[in-house]
Amino acid sequence: MAGILVIAEQTGGTLNRASWEAIVAAQSIGGDVKVAIAGREVGAAAAELAAAEVAEVIALQHAALDLYTPDGYVQALAAFIRDAEPGLVVLPHTYQTRDFAPKLAARLERALITDCTAIKAHGDGRAFTRPVFQGKLNADVVADGPTPHLVTIQIGAFRVDALKKSGRRAAVRTVDAAVDASAIRQKPEAPFKEARQAVDLSQAERIVSVGRGIKGPEGLPLVQALADALGAEVAASRPICDAGWLPMERQVGSSGQTVAPKLYLALGISGAIQHLVGMKGSKTIVAINKDPDAPIFEVADYGIVADLFDVVPALTTALKE
Amino acid sequence: MKIAVCIKQVITRESQIRVNEQKTWIRDQDATFELNEPDAYALEEGLRLKEKHGGEVVVCSAGPARATQVIREALARGADRAIHVEGELGSGDAFSMAGALASAIKDEAFDLVLTGLQSDDHGFGQVGVVLAENLGIPHATIIMEVNADGGSLRVKRELEGGWFQFVTMPLPALLTIQSGINQLRYATLKGIMAAKKKEIRTVPAPAGLAARQRIVDLYPPQKVKKTEMIGGSAADAARQLVRALRDDARVI
Ligand SMILES: Cc1cc2nc3c(=O)[nH]c(=O)nc-3n(C[C@H](O)[C@H](O)[C@H](O)COP(=O)(O)OP(=O)(O)OC[C@H]3O[C@@H](n4cnc5c(N)ncnc54)[C@H](O)[C@@H]3O)c2cc1C
Repeated sequence: MAGILVIAEQTGGTLNRASWEAIVAAQSIGGDVKVAIAGREVGAAAAELAAAEVAEVIALQHAALDLYTPDGYVQALAAFIRDAEPGLVVLPHTYQTRDFAPKLAARLERALITDCTAIKAHGDGRAFTRPVFQGKLNADVVADGPTPHLVTIQIGAFRVDALKKSGRRAAVRTVDAAVDASAIRQKPEAPFKEARQAVDLSQAERIVSVGRGIKGPEGLPLVQALADALGAEVAASRPICDAGWLPMERQVGSSGQTVAPKLYLALGISGAIQHLVGMKGSKTIVAINKDPDAPIFEVADYGIVADLFDVVPALTTALKE
Repeated sequence: MKIAVCIKQVITRESQIRVNEQKTWIRDQDATFELNEPDAYALEEGLRLKEKHGGEVVVCSAGPARATQVIREALARGADRAIHVEGELGSGDAFSMAGALASAIKDEAFDLVLTGLQSDDHGFGQVGVVLAENLGIPHATIIMEVNADGGSLRVKRELEGGWFQFVTMPLPALLTIQSGINQLRYATLKGIMAAKKKEIRTVPAPAGLAARQRIVDLYPPQKVKKTEMIGGSAADAARQLVRALRDDARVI
């Protein structure tokens, strides 16, 4: 197989959106696309994947793949990929992939390009675009060495509604995964959520969100005053919660809450991808940042390049006028 | 517990970033540098584990001569000694970095190796995991809690959207640490003085570290939305924004 192999992801039999996005990315390259999915019994998920216009879906099954472990997945996938010899392996850039893909690439001694947001022609081959410096720059990257190269596709970079579906369902093949259960060193426990979240930011109509630009907790009353004037909830980027200036439950982003208010005001937030995925569905986005090149301006409807310590009090005053 | 903490020097967030002429990396001659943030949390976690279980914390950094700046800082915060892998490190891709670090620490038989989950510059998120594979030890990523007990570890992994999971594994093991796992300490004057006497062993990067990926173009991202930029004094800008949110966007 010289084509593309997509590794889809399931939890408890349910496919995630990122897996479909990875298939869209693979389809956008063209040629033969196959999809593999690993787990204990993944026939139903494989059948679901067969709706996509792909050459084949492979259900890679083993009892030891019931709960995800990097050791189990790397064994199963390395053996399968060596056998199938794809030209390129495409994975969604999820937390699970982050956990095992570098190990898989190392085991196979192949290149791995992570969090790609676009794929371009480059010479006879391809370049993969990925953000560097926290999204301040994009790098077009070329993989070296023998194939298959591995790439992970950033969440939201390819649109599921661009998925090519097939009238005729793709063939599904079940393969016994090559896993030595005794060589799996991680013993995972069931996932859980921390104590009930008291604030449900997903329901908020307006959100005033604050980032590291606030410098310290003494700046927060300024932000609270603006939120009060707007009738908004206060939220934050991760560093604010890491530092303990605001509780974790107010964090917006990939590891925090996903929000979609009518108005999202980003104060002193640079706009790293992990923050953007949590808020870019907001209807109107306002960014106030003193760096005109901050990535947050790429998604903002209104932007003010200024010191937030000047603009925020002025805004609170203007709202009261 | 014998703990290695891998740290990287990255340019400061506030740095004005300028692309080099070949568009393959940035012009870092005039940049200022700092310790990669998730690595600072990894170091802190290493120091806390040592305080609890005894042993030593050895910081390890692969990078140019200027990386001694962050090594000194780590020693000042309490690390016992350091290993600096200096030399040609490919273009700094994850496989050459992990290869360089592996060669420097593989003979030391560490019980635990900690790294940050990714760096602020390349952001590969690969070095720790590849290093674990190179060392032949189990790993877990995006760690928010570490409990060590005898020969095993029970760690809390962060999953997406506010979910977590505990995972147990035997030692030796490697963990990639997420920001916010603990509260950072800063170097004291006493620490800075003590650091001057601590050992920094410099070892050459191993030969034949070939990068598996290279940057062929580097450029600012394109805007996806048409942003209306509002200028003027703070008071003017504030008034204009309020008007736009009221009359055009109708969201207040
Ligand atoms: C696995 C993983 C999960 C993550 N999950 C999340 C998540 O859920 N949520 C999240 O937010 N992040 C998350 N992060 C972290 C993320 O990558 C960024 O580090 C973080 O979002 C940066 O926060 P920030 O924009 O507040 O800080 P910075 O990136 O430091 O930006 C601060 C901004 O403030 C501006 N500024 C400074 N001073 C002023 C001033 N006086 N006036 C105006 N502007 C000013 C600066 O120009 C800069 O743009 C995650 C990272 C990883 C690796």
